[in-house]
Amino acid sequence: MLKSHHDLQALTADVRQALGQQKVRALVCAGTGCIANGSLRVYERLKELISARGILVDLDVACDACHPRHSHSSTVSPHAGGPTTPNAVGVATSGCHGFCQMGPLVRVEPRGILYVRVKPEDAEEIVDKTLIEGRVIERLLYRDPVTGRVTPTEESVPFYRRQVRVVLANCGRIDPEDIRESIASGGYHAIAKALEEMTPEEVIEIVSRSGLRGRGGAGFLTGRKWTFARAVKSAKKYVICNGDEGDPGAFMDRSVMEGDPHKVIEGLMIAAYAVGAGEGFIYVRAEYPVAVTRLRKAVEQAREHGLLGRDILGSSFSFDVTIKEGAGAFVCGEETALISSIQGKRGMPSPKPPYPAVSGLFGEPTVINNVETLANLPSIILKGPDWFKSYGTPDSAGTKTFALAGQVANTGLVEVPMGLPLRDLIFEIGGGIRSGKRFKAVQIGGPSGGCLGEGQLDVPMDYESLAKVGAMVGSGGMVVMDEDSCMVEVARFFMKFTQNESCGKCVPCREGTKQMLALLTKITAGKGTKEDLDLLEELALTVKDGALCGLGKTAPNPVLTTLKYFRDEYEAHVIERRCPAGVCKALQIYSIDPEKCRGCTLCARVCPVGAITGERARSHRIDPSKCIKCNACIEKCRFEAIRKG
Amino acid sequence: MQTSASCQVQRQFDKVNAIIEKHEGKVTNLIAILQEIQAEYRYLPEEVLTYVATALHIPPATVYGVATFYTQFSLKPKGKYVIKVCDGTACHVRGSEKLRYLIRDKLGIDEVKDTTDDLKFTLETVSCIGACGLAPVVTVNDHEVHGEMTPEALAVVVDQLLFRERSEESTEQTQQKQDERKDIGKEGCRSC
Repeated sequence: MLKSHHDLQALTADVRQALGQQKVRALVCAGTGCIANGSLRVYERLKELISARGILVDLDVACDACHPRHSHSSTVSPHAGGPTTPNAVGVATSGCHGFCQMGPLVRVEPRGILYVRVKPEDAEEIVDKTLIEGRVIERLLYRDPVTGRVTPTEESVPFYRRQVRVVLANCGRIDPEDIRESIASGGYHAIAKALEEMTPEEVIEIVSRSGLRGRGGAGFLTGRKWTFARAVKSAKKYVICNGDEGDPGAFMDRSVMEGDPHKVIEGLMIAAYAVGAGEGFIYVRAEYPVAVTRLRKAVEQAREHGLLGRDILGSSFSFDVTIKEGAGAFVCGEETALISSIQGKRGMPSPKPPYPAVSGLFGEPTVINNVETLANLPSIILKGPDWFKSYGTPDSAGTKTFALAGQVANTGLVEVPMGLPLRDLIFEIGGGIRSGKRFKAVQIGGPSGGCLGEGQLDVPMDYESLAKVGAMVGSGGMVVMDEDSCMVEVARFFMKFTQNESCGKCVPCREGTKQMLALLTKITAGKGTKEDLDLLEELALTVKDGALCGLGKTAPNPVLTTLKYFRDEYEAHVIERRCPAGVCKALQIYSIDPEKCRGCTLCARVCPVGAITGERARSHRIDPSKCIKCNACIEKCRFEAIRKG
Repeated sequence: MQTSASCQVQRQFDKVNAIIEKHEGKVTNLIAILQEIQAEYRYLPEEVLTYVATALHIPPATVYGVATFYTQFSLKPKGKYVIKVCDGTACHVRGSEKLRYLIRDKLGIDEVKDTTDDLKFTLETVSCIGACGLAPVVTVNDHEVHGEMTPEALAVVVDQLLFRERSEESTEQTQQKQDERKDIGKEGCRSC
């Protein structure tokens, strides 16, 4: 048990010393993305080889305060010469490094060498050459697709160069399943400082001065939210961490919960101390099994170390956390709906006021903060509000994580100061559009955000600027689309999502989304008229004004922004009966040009529904009644023999 | 005195009881209770919902309301392998739709009938599993994640699943046959 700030500092020093004995350390990314690419097999193989070479040093520090110190480390085999051996090697799994596209990733400390697309077969070479001899294996380094040059360290990869990592500072650098590594990298030092040196009011004051705004979407000032909750007199108060990251195309919160769960818990503790809450909940989507497991483990470890429970670090502050799993409902990201879901009910929103800060969970004052908001708090407490404000713009301070996905060359998780122009993010960090196609649109903020086009690329990414052009920061999902995406179909895709997720409580959302979806379906089916466009816009504005909760109010955003920036595409659908991107199936028929077809049978083999027939070396045919117009054949054909139109 | 029928009912709900007990019979834990029951039964049988309502002292309508509100819950039996095709924005723009068609075609299911008759496979579309960097993504029973899928690559994944299933089935059958033979051995051949 850590009983004071001093205990925490002593443990920090011990762990740092133990980590220092690992002269070299390999960190294998174990985020959902890299696990899918087989990173755990790479880790197992590395560990096996390092053990076999007798150079493995386990991080095995006993916490003096918790257990009597046993043998300092189960560590190094006798032949390796003890922990002082120059070859003492550590290996650990880490949270998401962000560069999911290039996974599995292996980072070698202390030099920061980044190996990409590592396979278990590469493990032996990594151990012998890099970990033991200190040589870099060039073929495993990231090669800049533009210049063709290899980049020796993680920091020099263009994807990382312009990033400023505050929230993600530890993601990919520490083992998220080991509280000691978190503590050694500064974890729980902010809450210790707050408990020892600050009153709750002072904490609120610092957070208010930092200008931190809610990272979950709307951007409400965190300090102000806390002030309201602090002011309410009540014997019981709650804090909730909103980890219900339901926006399709967003995975920032997942990466933080997976990569640095202790930072989220510490943030929640700071919030609880500030508003005077004794109990907290972390609400996580059930779709994130890895995050759930790591958070549960983190809470358990924090309890074991006395960082959760009664009289934390010798103060009079007592606090505990419960993990609640969602069950798949987008609307539960809305705070009142989330509260309802935690109480075991249908996750339906309720009208505000009363705001949760006054009457929330079980009718008590409740503060709900997003994962990323909470993960910003420890740094603000430790480094001060002015440091935080040195990043970003005057109105949108700090950094923001974005999930870069879609048709962009480098997909993954990035953290940049707010106010960076979209163009820099997509073309510099993201590396532009894949396979040399043309940029068409970027969808920001999920189903609540908007689609922006070429003309909006220089918009700085901050709350106000994005709101002005009809989009929103949202939780930070950013999906890039190229010329092959039809914006009407994209609008329909989002409307289908929100219509499906609408809880049905208020009429504007329940009926409005349904009618908007019907209109969009009609247009993509080639049956729309010009009047439909006006009706669609009118409906969208009505739903925006009339819906009860944030989900309904923002549901029309994708429609409104596509109507605004891509109106010509809508018009092509309703007037010319043409889908310029060639996506809307009702407006096209696939056929094979018999002159060009060589009968290579490739198309017939990739067709997922068996619609293409023909003999080898003879021209093939597509059966239009079976064809689902999925484009698979066009992508495979080497002779450009397949047409649509 | 309990009748044998009620004993049987009691036994049937033993697991449900254990789950409810673990969650201290609290209504606030209803979602977690239903999640664990679903993990046990692979779906939420109607009689179990009623049973849970009685145990928690709430109306069956409340339990039914929660069970039908969240997409995770299913009132229909699901297959042994639940294949989820992500249709989040990133997966959508990178062509998740053809993946669904491929699976449906291979397993002989369609948009309405999402589970095979032998209750081996279920196809689900999920809105986002947060692995957008690897879009399009397909998962099998949540833990097996396949990223950057193409119809060809997915065809291999599905074939492997079918193969795994068939070989498991045949092992079971062989096992059964062996067991039968052993039985015959024990009892002796009747015709002799």
